[in-house]
Formats: sequence, structure tokens, C-alpha cells
Amino acid sequence: MTDVLTPPRTVSRSVSGPARAVRRKAVLRWIAVHAIGVAAALFFVLPFVFVAFTSLMSDNQALTRALWPHPFVWHNYVTVFRTPGFLTWWKNSLIYAGAGTALTVCSSIPVAYALAKFRFRGRNLSLMLVVATMMLPPQVIVVPMYLFWANQLHLTGTLWPLIIPMAFGDAFTIFLLRQFLVTIPNEYVDAARVDGCGELRTLLRVVLPMAKPAVAAVALFQFFYCWNDYFGPQIYASENPAAWTLSYGLESFKGAHQTSWNLTMAATMLVMAPVIIVFFFAQKAFVEGVTLTGVKG
Amino acid sequence: MTQAAKRRRSTLVTLGFLAPWIIGFSVFFAYPLISTVYFSFMHYDGFRPPTWNGSRNWSYVFTRYPLFWPALRNTLWLVVVMVGTRVVFGLGVGLLITRIKTGTGFFRTAFYLPYLAPPVAATMSFAFLLNPGTGPVNHLLGGIGLPQPGWFNDPSWSKPALTLLALWGIGDLMVIFMAALLDVPKDQYEAAELDGAGPWQRFRYITLPNISPIVVFAVVTGVIQTMQYYTQPIVAGKVASGIIGNSGQQFEPGYPQQSTLTLPQLVYNLAFQRFDTGSACVVALVLFALAMACTALLMRRRGGLIQAGD
Repeated sequence: MTDVLTPPRTVSRSVSGPARAVRRKAVLRWIAVHAIGVAAALFFVLPFVFVAFTSLMSDNQALTRALWPHPFVWHNYVTVFRTPGFLTWWKNSLIYAGAGTALTVCSSIPVAYALAKFRFRGRNLSLMLVVATMMLPPQVIVVPMYLFWANQLHLTGTLWPLIIPMAFGDAFTIFLLRQFLVTIPNEYVDAARVDGCGELRTLLRVVLPMAKPAVAAVALFQFFYCWNDYFGPQIYASENPAAWTLSYGLESFKGAHQTSWNLTMAATMLVMAPVIIVFFFAQKAFVEGVTLTGVKG
Repeated sequence: MTQAAKRRRSTLVTLGFLAPWIIGFSVFFAYPLISTVYFSFMHYDGFRPPTWNGSRNWSYVFTRYPLFWPALRNTLWLVVVMVGTRVVFGLGVGLLITRIKTGTGFFRTAFYLPYLAPPVAATMSFAFLLNPGTGPVNHLLGGIGLPQPGWFNDPSWSKPALTLLALWGIGDLMVIFMAALLDVPKDQYEAAELDGAGPWQRFRYITLPNISPIVVFAVVTGVIQTMQYYTQPIVAGKVASGIIGNSGQQFEPGYPQQSTLTLPQLVYNLAFQRFDTGSACVVALVLFALAMACTALLMRRRGGLIQAGD
């Protein structure tokens, strides 16, 4: 797996080269490439910068077309945290993302292992069904699912309809883990079996330690999925503000502060921050996961 | 142990490992899917017991439901323009990043980061950046004498604005294309260069054939994502129209003028705003058929795409 987010070692340029024209061409090329690079970087970075600046403006200044905050109002962030409900949404998002990730990973690992290393009839069919469910828009099955949670179990307005399904494997997680586990040579598994390990012990003692990077990647993906989820909370939790998550609450925050872009942008920054912080701590695992997504069989 | 007992035991072990998914698949996929088919033939408002409705939901959705065809047209627009520009832009950024030799770490992180912004937060940010009143984008456009479109408030600019948002989050495609580009054998380029091939010829006859499976993968997954496109258009519409939360007004999806309607929003509109469960299930099944068709396409392609077998 190529570690794509860290820079490769620079190739030493030979100075005592052939003609100077070649070197001049190379320099011009370097300038052209990096000029385009800087322009692209502006496109990707400036939105963050504008949002950050606006989040620090005073109420009056946010109504103007100014770009630079004057004065810097750091207090906006305090105001956002003091908004009724905001801390509850944070807590709910953490519960949903934390519990959801733990349950998904634990329930998906044995399934992925069975699909990768067991020989049984219907294995390919099972894998195709996993891929099919992975591609399914959640809206396809939402109507009966809502009726199920609302009328049979009376659990809408809580986080349970979001968390409980996570204990029964997630197609995307199973698929990614399986893609990684098939690359582990069968000799390891066979050797463990010969040594008298049961399947569960083989998985826990032999296979899992080798699969740590893949597990880390799918855990991150699942955490981000839950943190970002808007549709789930909108359907199952919207009737009870105490069960809202950040992604859903952010929108109503805008509704309550209709004219104050500064506060809305401060809240937006606070929704983005955890994801970006987690990314900087786990860059490598994340990028490995992206390249795992079916590109390499 | 006899052979038969051994086999029975191994079947039980397999079932045990698969158990979470078998339960999950039955309860959270098979049952609701069958139930969706059932409800698509019933009249059910969520309060009185469901009654048989024949094919009336189906004919309602296809002939009289005013939002269905606009949503399908928008989906087609998004498939052609948004997916198309995303693949081209993703490949372009991938090519760019493989050529950048100085400050590589900074550039890669900067290009990748927007992909991680939570969709609601990213959409909210763009709704601010592109708002016609105080948004910095129109401020800058005005500064250099260019027209200042209404973006999310103008029906002919709302989908381009969503496309811009989608291009901002190009990180996933960038990484996939970058990995593919780095895998192209170097000696092929060297051979072509010796033969006097220019940059365009090298791209056309070496790079493209080598990465074509990845291009197909990016297109098909892009189409599948478009089928699920929900959060960005609905949040953009709500923020731009100013109708959010429990303000008493009900938000009709697709603002402005149904220009951002997509199929998933119809399921929400029919089931949770109009309490027409039957018609919502019809739309859900149309969505299901489209998503499955794309998935079949993805699984049938050989060489580099998702392969079921080994």
C-alpha cells in the first residue's frame, strides 16, 4: 500500500547534466506545476478561511461584505456553546459515533473473516448481497423501518434506532475488511488451525493483529459516517430535540440565528473541528482505507 | 468425530460467524424491502389501517405527482454534469499532485481536507460563501467586474452551486486517481519519450489506457452516490429559502423551484410530509431499481473493479 499523503523522497537533481536548455525547461515546468498547485490550494483552503474569519466577526460586521474581522470576537464561540441544546447535540453525536463505531466494528469482523477465509456454499452469493446492500440508498427502506421503530418499539425520538442496527454488521465495513483479510496468506490461518486453535482464537490471536491497519481504517470511516449522518437523525430523532445530533442540530441553529452568519459559522467550525482533528491524528489509516475501497481486489 | 459430524460442526461455526450479518440482513434489509413492496400497493396514511389500493400509487407517482419528473430530470443533470466534472477534475488534481515535487505534504493535505468536512457543515459553509447578499464569492466576482449569480437562490444556478460544492470535496477521487497514476509502469513513459511522444500523446496512449478501470469505477460509484444525493440539496434549499425548523412553514423540497429535487427527497416528502406511505414506497422502489442497475454494472465489469469471487 502506497502511503500517499506523505511526500516521497525528492530525487536528487543532477547538476552536471547534459544541456542547460533541458534544465531551464525543467525549472519552467516546476514553476508552472507549482503555480497551478497554489491556485488549486486556494480553491480548497479559502472556503475554510472565509468561514473561520466570519465566525470571528461582530454581529454588525457579519451583515456587511467585509472579509477581515474587526474586531476579533472570540466570544462568538462562547455564545455558541451557551446556546441551549448545543452541548446536548455534541454529547449525542459522540454517543452515536462512539457506540456506533464500536458496535459496527465488533459485529463486522467475524462476518468479514468468514467471507474471506471460510469455504462454504453460497459464499460468493453472500458477498454479492453485501455489496448490494452497501450500494442501497437508505431512503429505499426507510418507510417500513420508521414504522417498525415508531409503532412496534416506540423508540423514535431517541438514539436507539440509530445505534441498535450497528450491532448487526455494516455492509461497507464488512466489504472493506474482507478485501483486506483475503490478502493475508492462508498459511497463517492453516498453521493456527493445525496447532489446534479454534476459529475464534485464530481470528483473535493470529488474524486480527495483522489486520490492525484495516480495522483502524474502517473504524474511522464508521466514526465519520455517524458523525456526518443527517438523514438518520432527521428521521428517527427529529421529534425530540434532546436526541438531536450536531449534524441535525446545526441546521436548526441556523434557523434560530437567521441573520447572524457569524454565530452560524462558529457553530459550523465546531462541527468540522473534531473530524479534522481526528484526521490529523490518523492520516495514514484513513488514506489506506480510501485506497482499499475496491480499487485493489 | 465422523465426517458428517465434522461437517455439521463447521457449518455451525460458519453460521455463528455470519450471524450478525444474517440477522442484520433479514431485519434491516429483506424485511423492510418486502414491506416496501407491500406498502406500494396499499393506501396508508400512518393512522388508519392500510387498505388495498391496487396500482393507484404507481399511476399517481408517474402521472400526477408533480415532483417526480423534475426530480428524475435533476438526477440526470447531476449524473451528466456533476459526476462528469468530478471525474475530470479528480483526474486533473490527481495528475497535478503526482507532479508536485515541493511541499507535497502540504498540497496533499490541503486538497484532501475538504472531503472530510461533514456534509451539513460544508453545505452550510457554501450557502454562506455563495449567498448573494454578503457572500465573499460574489464580493470577489463583483470586484473583478464579473456577473454575480444568485447561486442557491436562483433555479438556473442552484445545481452548478451544488456541483461546485461537490468539486470542493474531491479528496476521495484524488487519492484513488493518485494511487492509480503512481501504479502506471515508468518504463512505458520512458519508451514513449524516446519515441518522441509529446505530453498529450503520453497521456492519451499510456496514462488513460492504464487507469481506465479506475475511471470507470469513479464514474459508476459517482452515479450511485448521485442516486443517494440527499443532505446537500436539502440543507442548501432550507438555508437559502430561510425555512428551517419548526417555524410553522413547511419546507417544500427542491428550493428554488424544484431545481434541487432528487429522488431520495421525494421519499421524505411523500412519507413524512404528506403522509402518503404508499406513494413514498413507489418512489423508494424506483430508487432501488436504479441503484441496483448501477451496482450490477459495477460488479459485472472485470479487471480491477469490485470482484465478488477471488
